[in-house]
Amino acid sequence: MIPELGHFFLVSAFAVALLQGVLPLWGASSGNAQLMAMGKTTAMTQLILIALAFACLVNAFLVNDFTVAYVATNSNSYLPDWFKISAVWGGHEGSLLLWALILAGWGAAVAIMGKHLPEELLARVLAVMGLLGVGFISFILFTSNPFLRLLPDFPLDGNDLNPLLQDIGLIIHPPMLYMGYVGFSVPFAFVIAGLIGGQLDSVWARWSRPWATVAWCFLTLGIALGSWWAYYELGWGGWWFWDPVENASLMPWLAGTALLHSLAVTDKRAGIKIWTALLAILTFSLSLLGTFLVRSGVLTSVHAFATDPERGAFILAFLVIVVGGSLLLFALRAHRLKSTIEYNLVSRESWLVFQNVIMSIAVVVVLLGTLYPLLSEAFGAGKLSVGPPYFNLLFQPLAYLALFLMALAPYIQWRRYQFVSAHRSLFLLAFISVILGVIVPWFYFGYVTWQVVLAFSLSLWVFLSTVKNLLGKVNFDRLGNGNGKPEILLSRSYLAMILAHIGFAVSITGIAFTSEYSIEKDVRMYPGDTLNAGAYQFEFKGVHTASESNYRAIVGTIEVTQNGKLITQLRPEKRTYRVQQSSMTEAAIDAGFFRDLYVALGDSLGDGSWAVRVYYKPFVRWIWMGTIFMSLGGALVLADRRYRKLRSKSVMVEARNQQFNVKRVG
Amino acid sequence: MNRTFFIYLAPFILFIALAGVLFFALGKDPKLLPSAKLGKPFPDFQLPGLHQPEKTLSKTELVGEVVLINIWATWCVSCLVEHPVLSKLARSGVIIYGLNYKDVRSAAIVFLENHGNPYREVFFDANGSLGLDLGVYGAPETYFLDREGQIRYRHIGVITTDIWQNKLKSIYQGLIQENQE
Repeated sequence: MIPELGHFFLVSAFAVALLQGVLPLWGASSGNAQLMAMGKTTAMTQLILIALAFACLVNAFLVNDFTVAYVATNSNSYLPDWFKISAVWGGHEGSLLLWALILAGWGAAVAIMGKHLPEELLARVLAVMGLLGVGFISFILFTSNPFLRLLPDFPLDGNDLNPLLQDIGLIIHPPMLYMGYVGFSVPFAFVIAGLIGGQLDSVWARWSRPWATVAWCFLTLGIALGSWWAYYELGWGGWWFWDPVENASLMPWLAGTALLHSLAVTDKRAGIKIWTALLAILTFSLSLLGTFLVRSGVLTSVHAFATDPERGAFILAFLVIVVGGSLLLFALRAHRLKSTIEYNLVSRESWLVFQNVIMSIAVVVVLLGTLYPLLSEAFGAGKLSVGPPYFNLLFQPLAYLALFLMALAPYIQWRRYQFVSAHRSLFLLAFISVILGVIVPWFYFGYVTWQVVLAFSLSLWVFLSTVKNLLGKVNFDRLGNGNGKPEILLSRSYLAMILAHIGFAVSITGIAFTSEYSIEKDVRMYPGDTLNAGAYQFEFKGVHTASESNYRAIVGTIEVTQNGKLITQLRPEKRTYRVQQSSMTEAAIDAGFFRDLYVALGDSLGDGSWAVRVYYKPFVRWIWMGTIFMSLGGALVLADRRYRKLRSKSVMVEARNQQFNVKRVG
Repeated sequence: MNRTFFIYLAPFILFIALAGVLFFALGKDPKLLPSAKLGKPFPDFQLPGLHQPEKTLSKTELVGEVVLINIWATWCVSCLVEHPVLSKLARSGVIIYGLNYKDVRSAAIVFLENHGNPYREVFFDANGSLGLDLGVYGAPETYFLDREGQIRYRHIGVITTDIWQNKLKSIYQGLIQENQE
């Protein structure tokens, strides 16, 4: 009964989304305030209905209702409760429902937070969100309904959740990622609403910025979580595989990063309006394209999701309508927008444009690399993959360029850069960075390569020049007066930039060191054998068996010592999951700030010996630590006073007047 | 209609072209066009084994029997699709050598542990030197060698059961029968 109720809620949500997509739009074009106000009501109602539908599905998992086909294929009565909840989005149908739920959530958030927006604009934004909801909910209802029953012949127990997904990382990774993906629908909706209304001025950019920033923070964390999960769960010690599913999330991230920067130019200097509008459309389009690539089965991936050409056709049609439609609208309306600012080669606006160029190239590189199997097939060369050699080769120079821009970024003003003598120290810092960039890795690891030196020196330079800039802005004269705190004259968005840029440098340092200095050993070990990796000795003590409700495991014990001193005892597992009878490698990791020790247990080789994989991974944590800084930076922007000021009436009046003028001119 | 309009139309046109490719990919089973490089001898090489890094393997391993040489890597997702088909072929007696191409040794070993090993021997070509000599486009590719070690056929892309049954099987059996006469 409850699954039918869920189905009913979903159908109702579809109807409400349809109203949300049509009524406010109609109201906005006819000037009917009542119809426009329907946007808010329907957005809230849609959220409540989808949340209820989602709750019904969660309930079906918790009570082990295996008459529901989706529950039967993705859950099992042995599964612990928290995995039953995460199993809700462990398969195709449920993860789409989560997508729709999050989309409705963003729509409702706009309805609540957007009370101060001009009515017409808010109505159009909510209508665009509603139309996206219509597309997604109908996709669920027509091709991927999670509420369908298996009657009368239902299984007594379920097929279980894919063991790879029975993990804490996978409980939180998809919701974070989807928050990011779907969050870019808000800037997208703002652009479309602006294009429909024919008003797309720089105020639009100011409204979109916080939304784009939140979405970007979630996406950053989501991607980092996915990478961290792959690292400890797949047992290969790798943290990025350039897999189509990973690339699908990286493309919107790269485009979104470009969007954050171009929004700044549009907001502060009313420049590159057309490009920013296009970028907002592209960022969300890449989110949709990612969904298509993952769900349609045109590309095969190590991430095992159910795939189906019929679903692929539906998403492709949806993609053509949404993306094609918006790009057509863009083509029809964009020439009305005019940016009238001048650019100096060295100015903050051109610096941000350079950043955009780098990010755009990166997007194209990932897009071509990901679609290469499809393109080569379409042009008759067979189905081929290009793989990491291609991506690594092309990403390195882009990362170096990005770091170079970042090192100078805090010093470059809007409009025109004025060289002042204080900036001379940047050369000194660059010099120090190169010296340290050679010496530190050379002392720590014993040798250097030019890639490591380049990446590490540039990262250091970014760090030093950013910190110097920060210190220059803190007024130390007040130290010791009053409460003893220095007076700080910093905006939150400035601090956000500092944090995000340092975070990027930290990640790059981690990537450079891990890629070059990791030690990987695959050996056959008898109990009592020892092995050296780096400065560490690994002694294989033997194996024993263990049992949990959802799997059995063989657990190895490996003692790690350094110079005769016990560091840790690692217990890698080889698990056999009861229901699917599939075996999984569960690596044991001793995590540290400067290095991870990583041990995975392979197969028994028969005579009491085991295949054992031992990795020494220096600075690998820095990769994820950097992403945390980056997202914290994004979170700080939200607290910026300027966004709160937006709510004050005077600004809104000013904004409306500005729109009014644009309308008259346009 | 001014000139700028057509510039702004460019993203739309590019997208429609992309959608066309996606649509093409969607409706289609991988139908693969082979480009045959017949009759050339397989290049000489010296490569370590995947499982025994200390052992050096060379072309002499391949000569004397009809063999398939499959170029694969763990980063190549299409190879994962092909893998069960290769396993089936290996079980039916087809001799397949693997050329692990531009890969990480440990990852490749885990891959074969998890998915089974259809290869009689795997050559480990970390920097793609043999791949360069062969003119490999990408992975997967499969070369058919006769008893003299000559390349008699080259298949680019995934081998599916269909492709094997309808096309490659007869090529393989032709090579088997050839020298028995």
